[in-house]
This record gives sequence, C-alpha cells and structure tokens, in this order.
Amino acid sequence: MSEAGAALAARLRERELSAAPDALNLLESTTASDREQARALLGALSPAALGSEAAGHVIGVTGPPGAGKSTLLGALLTLWRRNGRTVAILAVDPSSRRSGGSLLGDRARIEFDPRDRGVLIRSSAAGEQLGGLAWPTRAAAQALAVAFDIVVIETVGVGQAETDVAEATDTVLVVVQPASGDVLQFLKAGIMEIPDVLAVTKSDLGAPAMRTKRDLSAALRSLGSSAPVLIVSSLPPASGIEELADALQQHRAGLDVTARRVQARRASALAEYARERGESGIRMLGGRHAVQRLLAAQDPGADVPALVGALERDAQER
Amino acid sequence: MSGDHSPRLPERDRPWMMRTYAGHSTAKASNELYRRNLAKGQTGLSVAFDLPTQTGYDPDDELARGEVGKVGVPISHRGDMEALMDGIPLAEMNTSMTINATAAWLLALYIVAAEQQGAEQTQLQGTTQNDILKEFLARGTYAFGPAPSLRLVADMIAYTVEHVPKWNPINICSYHLQEAGATPVQEIAYAMSNAIAVLDATRERLGDRTDELMGRVFGRISFFVNAGVRFIEEHAKLRAMSVLWEEIGRERYGVTDAKQLRFRYGVQVNSLGLTEAQPENNVQRIVLEALAVTLGRDARARAIQLPAWNEALGLPRPWDQQWSLRIQQVLAYETDILEYPDIFEGSHVMDGLVSELLDGARAEIAIVAEHGGAIEAVPYMKAAMVEAHRERIQRIESGEQVVVGQNRFTETEDSPLTADGDGGILVVDPAVEAQQIESVRRWRAERDQAAVDAALGELARVASLTESGRENLMIPTIAAARAGATTGEWAATLRQVFGTYRAPTGVGEAAQAQAGAQLGELRERVAALGERLGRRPKLLVGKPGLDGHSNGAEQIAVRARDSGMDVVYEGIRLTPAQIAASARQEGVHVIGLSILSGSHRALIPAVIGALHDAGVSAPVVVGGIIPDQDVESLKQAGVAAVYTPKDFDITRIVSDIVGLVESGADGTPANGTASNGTATNGARSEGVPARDAS
Repeated sequence: MSEAGAALAARLRERELSAAPDALNLLESTTASDREQARALLGALSPAALGSEAAGHVIGVTGPPGAGKSTLLGALLTLWRRNGRTVAILAVDPSSRRSGGSLLGDRARIEFDPRDRGVLIRSSAAGEQLGGLAWPTRAAAQALAVAFDIVVIETVGVGQAETDVAEATDTVLVVVQPASGDVLQFLKAGIMEIPDVLAVTKSDLGAPAMRTKRDLSAALRSLGSSAPVLIVSSLPPASGIEELADALQQHRAGLDVTARRVQARRASALAEYARERGESGIRMLGGRHAVQRLLAAQDPGADVPALVGALERDAQER
Repeated sequence: MSGDHSPRLPERDRPWMMRTYAGHSTAKASNELYRRNLAKGQTGLSVAFDLPTQTGYDPDDELARGEVGKVGVPISHRGDMEALMDGIPLAEMNTSMTINATAAWLLALYIVAAEQQGAEQTQLQGTTQNDILKEFLARGTYAFGPAPSLRLVADMIAYTVEHVPKWNPINICSYHLQEAGATPVQEIAYAMSNAIAVLDATRERLGDRTDELMGRVFGRISFFVNAGVRFIEEHAKLRAMSVLWEEIGRERYGVTDAKQLRFRYGVQVNSLGLTEAQPENNVQRIVLEALAVTLGRDARARAIQLPAWNEALGLPRPWDQQWSLRIQQVLAYETDILEYPDIFEGSHVMDGLVSELLDGARAEIAIVAEHGGAIEAVPYMKAAMVEAHRERIQRIESGEQVVVGQNRFTETEDSPLTADGDGGILVVDPAVEAQQIESVRRWRAERDQAAVDAALGELARVASLTESGRENLMIPTIAAARAGATTGEWAATLRQVFGTYRAPTGVGEAAQAQAGAQLGELRERVAALGERLGRRPKLLVGKPGLDGHSNGAEQIAVRARDSGMDVVYEGIRLTPAQIAASARQEGVHVIGLSILSGSHRALIPAVIGALHDAGVSAPVVVGGIIPDQDVESLKQAGVAAVYTPKDFDITRIVSDIVGLVESGADGTPANGTASNGTATNGARSEGVPARDAS
C-alpha cells in the first residue's frame, strides 16, 4: 500500500515535493507496518543522517479563533511564492470529540494557485489533544522541512497551544485581533509562552489596533522580551505583510536552530514516551529528570522515534 | 344587504403583477421567450441570469466552464442586453432582475439599452435584487467582500433615488433564507437585520442630505419573500413583517409618510419543499403556497412568480412555466379572492400567530444587533441556519415531518408527465457555451479598446477612493457599460481593488446529529475502517463550478463528520484543478461533489480528468439535480454513485460513501460498488436553488 519510507525519504531529500502527500499519509498511519516505514522515513531524514538540521524554516502560527490567521497566511503565502520560496502549511483543526470525526475547513480560506507545485496545504484534526499538536504534525514538520523552504504549523487557541507549537517550530507567530484582551492577560499571567513575533490584524481598525500594539509591546517589555509587534492587514489594500515576513526571517537568522530543535526533539520524545507508557513508565526510568538526562546523553541528531527507542531499551534493561 | 355593511369591497382589487422567472441559452432565445410569455398574459418580466453573469465572469473564463446559459441568460455587454430587450418597450415595462453582486453593472447595461430605445432613466421601472448579505448567508453568488459589496449597494440606492426614481434598487430577500433552512422567525429577523444594515450604510452615504432623502430611500426598499406549504403560519409571517417594517421606519429612521412606511413585497413561493418523487404533487403545494401570499388583503404580494412543478428534476420548459402562470391567473381572475377586505381582520388565531412571530423575531433581531449588526453576524446567522436545516432534514428522515410521496404514501403509478424522451425538463444545447465564447471574443475585437481602457481606469480610480464623501460608483459603471466593457472586465477591475473573498461556510459550528441506531452503527463501521486504514477515513466535499447553493454539500459534510470521518470541506466555486490539488495534498479516501446548476455534464468529467492527472484514485460520488438520463453517462465517466433530491436520507448516503472506502480498503475496485440513487442524497433535498429567483 504505502510507498516504502526510505524511498519517500530519498525523494524528499532531492526536494521532490510531489512525495510529500504520500509521506504525510505514512506519518499519520497507525498500522504496525506503516509505523515501521514511518520510522525508516524519519530516520533517513534525521539530522544524524543528513549531517545537519533540515534547512527549512518551521513557523508556528497560532492565536484565538477569528483573529484572521488563515487570511494572513494566504497573504504571506502569496509573498513567499512571489519570492520563489516553497511552502508547506499544516493546518490543525479542533476536532469533534464524541464521534471522533472532524470538519477541516481552513484550506478554503487560503488562496493559492492550484497548479502551483510549490505549495502544499494539509489539514488534520487535533484529535484527543485539543489545543495541542498531534504527534504526526510534529513528525510531518520535521520531514517536510527537508524538502520545503518554509513549513507552517497553523493551530487555533491561546495558552497550551503556544507551548506545544514552540516545541515543534523555530519561530512562533501569534496573531491577535485588535482589542482582544485574552492574549494580553495570558501573557501577563504567564499562562502562555512568549511568542517570537506578534501580528495585530485588521489594521483598518486604526486606533484600536494601535492601542493593542502598545499594550502588547508594554507587556512584552515588562516580561523582558523584545519580540516585535507588527500591525498587518491582509485585506486589500494589504499592508505590513512584507515587514512581517522580514520579522519572521530575522528571528530565524538570530536563532541557534540546532539548539532549539534538539530541545524540541527531546521534549517530543518525552511526550511520546509518556503517551505510550504513562507516568509509571517514566517512574520506571527514575522520574522526569532522569529521563531528560538520558535523552541529553543521546546523539543530538537523533530523530524522535530513535530517542523513544532508546528510552524503551533502557526501560527494558531495568 | 349592501352599502355600509357589505362584506365586499366596493370595487374588485387589481391583480398583483404576474411574472415568470425566465431566461436561458442566449439573449436572443430569451427575448423570444419573454415575448411569448407577455402574449400569454404575463404582466412583468423577471430575468434569470446565468451564473457567470451573476458572479462577474465572461463566458471564456475558466470558472464559467459548463455554466454558460444554464440557469439563466448570459449577458456579457450592452449588445447582449439590447438583444434581450429587443422589441420590448422599456419605458413601459416593469422588469425584475435577479442580480446581486453585479447588480450595479446589469442596471447600467439596462439603462444603456433603454437609452438606445430612446427611454429616459426617469421612466424605468423595475427591481434589482441586490441583497448581497443573503448571498453570503444562503445563495453564494457574491463577488466581493461584505464591505465593498455594501458600498456598491449604497451607491446604487443613492444614485437611483435621484436619477431612476421609479426603480426599486434593492429587494431584501427572505426567500433564500427559507430555502437555506431558516425557520419563520429566523426568516423575519435576518431579513429585517439585513435591511437595517443596508439602510444604515445608505444613511451614512447620504451624509448631510439624509433628512431630505431618507424617507424616499425607505419607501424604495422592497422585499422578496418566500412562502412554504404551512400557509396559515406563512401568512402570519407576512403580517408580522409588515408590522416590524413600519416600526423600524418610524423608530430607527424617523419616517412618517404612511406610503413610504408600507411593507411592499414580491414573492416566489417555496422550492425547498418541492419533491423529485411524484413531482406532480408539487402543483398542489404551489397553489397552497400562493394562497399564503394572497389570502389576506393587508399583507398581499405586489408581484408573484411561481416555480414550476418539475424544478426538482431540472430546468422547467416553457410549457411547465405556463402552467404556473395559469395558476396565478385562475387565482386572480376566477376565484373571489380579490373581492374582499382583509379576511383575517379580527381573527384571534391570526393575531396570536402574528404576535408569537413578532416576539421571536424581535429577540433574534436583538441577538444580531449584539453581534454588531447583520454584516458582523453573518457567521452567526449562517451557523444558525445550517443548524435549522439539519434539524429539518432529521425530521423528514425520521418521518416526524410528512412529505407526501417522499417519506409517506410512496407507492405510485408511472407518471405520464415524465415519460417523454427529454424526461420532462429543458436541456440547454451544449453548443451555446462555445457560441457565447466566440461572441464575446468578437465583441472585444470589434469595440473601441482605448475607450474601454479609459472607462475601466476611471472605474478603478473611483473604486480605490476610501475617504468619506467619495464619488458614486454608478457613474463610471454606466460609462463603462456605454463604452462596451464586458461583465468579466467590470468585475475583474473591482476585484483588483477590493480583493477576492470567500464566505464563511457555517458548517464548523453545526451541532452533532442525534445518535440514532443507524448513525451509531455507522460510527462503529467508520472506527473499524479507521483501524484497518491506519488513519480515519478522510472525505473531500466540494462544489465545482459557480453554483453557490451549498446546503446539500454542507449537510453531507456535517453528517460525515458525525459518523467519525475527517471531512475536508472546501466550500463553493472550485475549479477542477483546485479539487484535484486538494484531493492529492489532503490524501483523501473518497470525494463528494455537489452540483445543482445543470453543469454536471461538462464539469464532472473535467474534475475526473484533473484527478486522474494528479494521480488521485479515490472514488467520486456526485449529488445534485441530475436528470435520470445523465446518471449513466456520469457513471461511465468514472463516477461511483449519483444522488438526487429523492435521496433524502443523509445517513444512508454517508453510509454508502463509507462503503466505497471499505471496498477500496478490501482491495476490490471501488467504482460501481455503491448503490446509486437508491439511497439518499444530501447534495440536495430541495427544489431549485440554482434558479431561485427574484
């Protein structure tokens, strides 16, 4: 059924973008044979195998519902494509829990040329992890960053969402509507991780947008952050989009990508191990700190399944 | 027994204006149809435009493929409008145009065609539908976002009230809200909220001339309503609207003139309730619905057009439309309906119904106001209607709401009405599209290009002005019409300035279906299938072409979600390339397409070709108004199953769709394994949305 993981990895390493949908099908799959192939795929795309971190810029875009994330992404996408950069967008939607089904409508709001092979938009449900990121999304971001110049993870929510997104991405962009107090309160209360870049949408609202920018900048300063706050409008006449793209790029340029990603992979491995084995599995390894020490002793270029494998081997030896 | 105490009117009332919503193929063919209809006793015109004209595309645009001349007449430039109205004296005619996003443009073409006949703007009578908010809520033929759309509407009102004083520049439509599933209370409340949004925008537009003109503006606003088969309550609805309208005029806009305060409305009765099963029963439904808008004199329609008995099957033929005109004529000229004063005056039952509706509507209007008015409340209203429609379908599925011939009394003899080779519907000649493409290209080649460029440049300049007191867009629009610009060029110029827009779908907020036994069983199957596939079955739902009636697609999407599937809902107005790209990128297991405009013959094979080119092998199902004779050819083109309005059990349709994925997972070929047409449809359990009218 699924193309072998190694073959897909080879195609992605050649930046063959048409391999991406099949790679995503594989990474999302829960059957034993597909998971085996998915491990092969991620192993072949790990920094250890590549000799360096994947070159793509992984950006998290998050914010409250209705803040204009999709429309803004559409405007950024247009700009990035005009500059010749290939873009993959992983849109994560909240899921309906009782039936397990989901309605994924975000892609309808992102305008793009369907014939453009340099764009991929993939929707997925958050599943049980409402507000957070499902494992396949983290894995997909890592794999696609080998082939695409820019990989975006788009999620809804404020609070837990940033922590999860921060763990999976190089740069976190939080999108805020003018006069929406949630983000400000969450920032001040320390409920949300400090974003790398903030965008206040709908600048046609003028004064309220300016006030929101001032309030956010003041809150960030008091928290010791110098994250830029930009006012953008994705509706015509669009404005601030180029400045926003520059700010994202600048954040990445000033970032120790390896350090952030190594940390992210280790956090992800811990979460994945905890999901599979529960708290008793962590206690078996001597608690969270012991697990973190164990992870720190592994090859920094190891991919997440390899790290989880190391933890499991250690648990068996005890 | 006569004199003061006579229960009769001293003089029989004049009948309402009788129209037939008509137009197809070409301007010339439609012109011939109009002349025949007028000869049969029709007293006004009602123009049906095709979807490219309604959404601002020329016949040679990629998005127009398959849609040219289908649900109405294509009008690309003033030459087409002149041909459409050839030999019909526009100084005397009363013309209703079902046109919204491009209303300013079509009115400009009408004005220019009238000039050619020597008619003054002050003589022109008629209506442009022009209710853009309901396009976002229900009908889907919008072209620009809410703010610039409302600016166009306000500009048109400000222009016509001074220069075309007998024109109704806007018909606030509650019709389409009912077609999209609104309850009577929602229909009243949302229509009134829409009217308030338009009037507020116009008041702002008028600036310091508000006091002088506001009463006249209010008096030119008319409504386009719907009437369902529960005709007593429907009549009460109209009385309630009349009360509310006067209240809004007095209290919100300070109007005092009784004539300006009068609630004026035209009507097309309900298509949602018309059935494909035993379609002859629709005649009785239409008659009863016509009574809802004529029985009581105090809330009687000014103009009526009735749908045809076979609209759930496809496009009606001239004979079918004649039958509907004759219903009106029997009602007006044979019965005694026009001989009495209001027959409900003093009725406790009617007064009680009206006050119940008023209470509900006032509460709902207040909720919309809390959202910041109708524009801001579009997502709220859309979600509320998707929800109401979902409940309605569930009542029909469970048998709680009886639909004769569809979910009860279904035994039937073969119908002689549909026995003909054409299946009892009008089929537009597929050659029409090529002819129109050729014709618009010739038009562009032969006109004064420099004049057109200059006119469009001026249009762009005025459109990009943002300060208050800006110039009226009608002026450069009329100049562009005169210069020979095309519908697609006018709209493209404005899209450049205003941007393109996608409306909210309303499906995300829809509540879950009650888990009946059938759905419970389906969830088990979907869960088991997910285990086998390794991920949840994923369904892509989309509407190719320009048809904006998304009810059916939305209901399928929501139910599939409730069954446990992952559903990628793409919304309306998709090209085959877009659908193929989404299917490929999303890794879907099955694809559902919905088309109601009759363009399936061209579009479905195009989508299947695009999917093939993209390397997608997922099975495709199609729902919509698909005549029986087209089902086989669609299956030969590779469609796995076809659903039509007679398939009303949505859970069974979703069950079929799951079955297709199950067969695929078992390694058996998916195509041809579904039951087809025997189960259900969601893609549309209603009448004639693509043609719904003015």
